[in-house]
Amino acid sequence: MNKARTNPLNTAAMHGALILYTLIALFPVFVILINSFKTRKAIFREPLALPSADSFSMIGYQTVMKQGDFFLYFQNSMIVTVVSLTFILVFGAMAAFALSEYRFKGNMLMGLYLALGIMIPIRIGTVAILEMMVATGLVNSLMALILVYTAQGLPLAVFILSEFMRQVSDDLKNAGRIDGLSEYTIFFRLVLPLVRPAMATVAVFNMIPIWNDLWFPLILAPAEETKTLTLGSQVFIGQFVTDWNAVLSALSMAILPVLVLYVIFSRQLIRGITSGAVK
Amino acid sequence: MKALTLTNVNKSFGDVHVLKDINLEVEDGEFVVFVGPSGCGKSTLLRVIAGLEDVSSGEVSIGGEIVNATPPCRRGIAMVFQSYALYPHLNVRKNMSLALKQEKQSKQVIEERIAEATRMLNLEDYLERYPSELSGGQRQRVAIGRAIVRHPKLFLFDEPLSNLDAALRMNTRLEIANLHQQLKTSMVYVTHDQSEAMTLADKIVVLRAGRVEQVGSPMELYNNPVNQFVAGFLGSPAMNFMPASLISEGDTRTLGVRPEDLFQSDQGPLKASVQHVEHLGGDTNVIAKVKDHQITARLFGQHDIKPGAELSFGIADGKSFYFDKDGARLRG
Ligand SMILES: Nc1ncnc2c1ncn2[C@@H]1O[C@H](COP(=O)(O)OP(=O)(O)OP(=O)(O)O)[C@@H](O)[C@H]1O
Ligand SMILES: [Mg+2]
Repeated sequence: MNKARTNPLNTAAMHGALILYTLIALFPVFVILINSFKTRKAIFREPLALPSADSFSMIGYQTVMKQGDFFLYFQNSMIVTVVSLTFILVFGAMAAFALSEYRFKGNMLMGLYLALGIMIPIRIGTVAILEMMVATGLVNSLMALILVYTAQGLPLAVFILSEFMRQVSDDLKNAGRIDGLSEYTIFFRLVLPLVRPAMATVAVFNMIPIWNDLWFPLILAPAEETKTLTLGSQVFIGQFVTDWNAVLSALSMAILPVLVLYVIFSRQLIRGITSGAVK
Repeated sequence: MKALTLTNVNKSFGDVHVLKDINLEVEDGEFVVFVGPSGCGKSTLLRVIAGLEDVSSGEVSIGGEIVNATPPCRRGIAMVFQSYALYPHLNVRKNMSLALKQEKQSKQVIEERIAEATRMLNLEDYLERYPSELSGGQRQRVAIGRAIVRHPKLFLFDEPLSNLDAALRMNTRLEIANLHQQLKTSMVYVTHDQSEAMTLADKIVVLRAGRVEQVGSPMELYNNPVNQFVAGFLGSPAMNFMPASLISEGDTRTLGVRPEDLFQSDQGPLKASVQHVEHLGGDTNVIAKVKDHQITARLFGQHDIKPGAELSFGIADGKSFYFDKDGARLRG
């Protein structure tokens, strides 16, 4: 490994590959961004050109701002994503801790049961979920979405986190117990910081599908005041005409918050304070 | 008052019976070492004493009080772990003060205790550092400091030296011995290294497969082992075992002789061909074969013996141990 690192040819090849991959990955985002600042004609004439003095136009953004309550959609998406993620992480981590730390009857079975959800797509249950939401009066509320997304994210979260928590040193937890820390303190102060990279992974994996989801907002919360961003943007995509300026502008704005959240989590991914805890 | 009493302690994990009917007493101020091969249940026994595992049956009492249902933090114990187990997010000072804060001790008491521990362990310069900024030996001292500040009734050590290199291990071993002399608190110490056990212990408890084989002072165990296992486990180089028929025709017992009780003598009953010689300066270890049985003789001083030489060894008077085929000691 060290040898590969010091060989300049290898380094160059490695960086070349990474840079190429970055360019490919960023290209669609880049195209969306530049085109969102162009007139409709310019978008179709030269989709890859940067906006120039005559092709520059903010018409897309203006349409988005005028049409519907874009900020409300935005806020809805944000609330749904952040609250769902919080629930997934908190409950997932707690369940994972119980499964990995305590010996009790049915521990294995419970773990398998919780992991089963990874293999069954939640959308199969859409009809039943809708009936349930109608019965509980949660239709057209953000809570409906949050509950569904939490349920959808928990299995994988429990599975990944319990694997990671098994690796946290028993001695560390036991030292905490002898020092008189409560199980909650051990969980929140000792174990969670050590599995932070895993938490961040779970967060990133769950965040993007939730933010982009169209299915459940359309079925469970299509009302004007509970529309999410993805659903709200759909008004610009018609069966016969599509307002591309508006669609691209809406997409550009939708990328931003995910980007911010991603940056926050990915820093956690990289930073690890595990070193030095135990030898 | 006994520092620790274990009465008929059993522990099972599911079907695995790990500790089998353990009875043991630790006097006030005594340094007791549990030794045994890997997997014999030493750590489990220590965790049972600490309250990190419940007993399956039996009674644990610390300082005269039955603590079966007492949580670890109220048993008046402190534990030092093999992996140090320092809190990675706290600096040395906070690592040491955490337990005291949990006990709601006053600021002044905490300050005093930390000052006392850092002085004993020479940790003054490291108080503000984080565990990741310390060497292995320093981490181990912090772990010991974290135990000292609590002023426990009983210290528990689980192989505290096994992650250190040889030189540091010697030093830290001495430090622990000094600590015991200064504090005069009872200590229970787990190791699988018999030399650590011999040098530190007031009392050694030899465990095998979850059972106590023998309890006694190091010299009692060395001079008077109850069975072949204890005889072979303590002492380095280990005791030689060979069929007694090698020296007296038709004897079915097993003969055990310590390496230092073999001496070179032309009339000696053991005719051996030398395989290998270890010159240690003060001693010379001769590894030789008697028929098909390898023996080790430890000769005092320096000897010019070459591999391949044919030698005869005698056994010092009264230094032969006999065991039956199940390993039990046969006396007389
Ligand atoms: N949680 C557990 N579940 C099942 N078996 C266990 C558990 N903990 C320990 N054991 C078993 O108990 C036995 C004793 O383990 P223990 O850790 O006490 O050994 P040890 O004497 O400390 O060994 P070492 O010197 O390697 O540390 C082992 O056979 C181990 O497999
Ligand atoms: Mg052990």
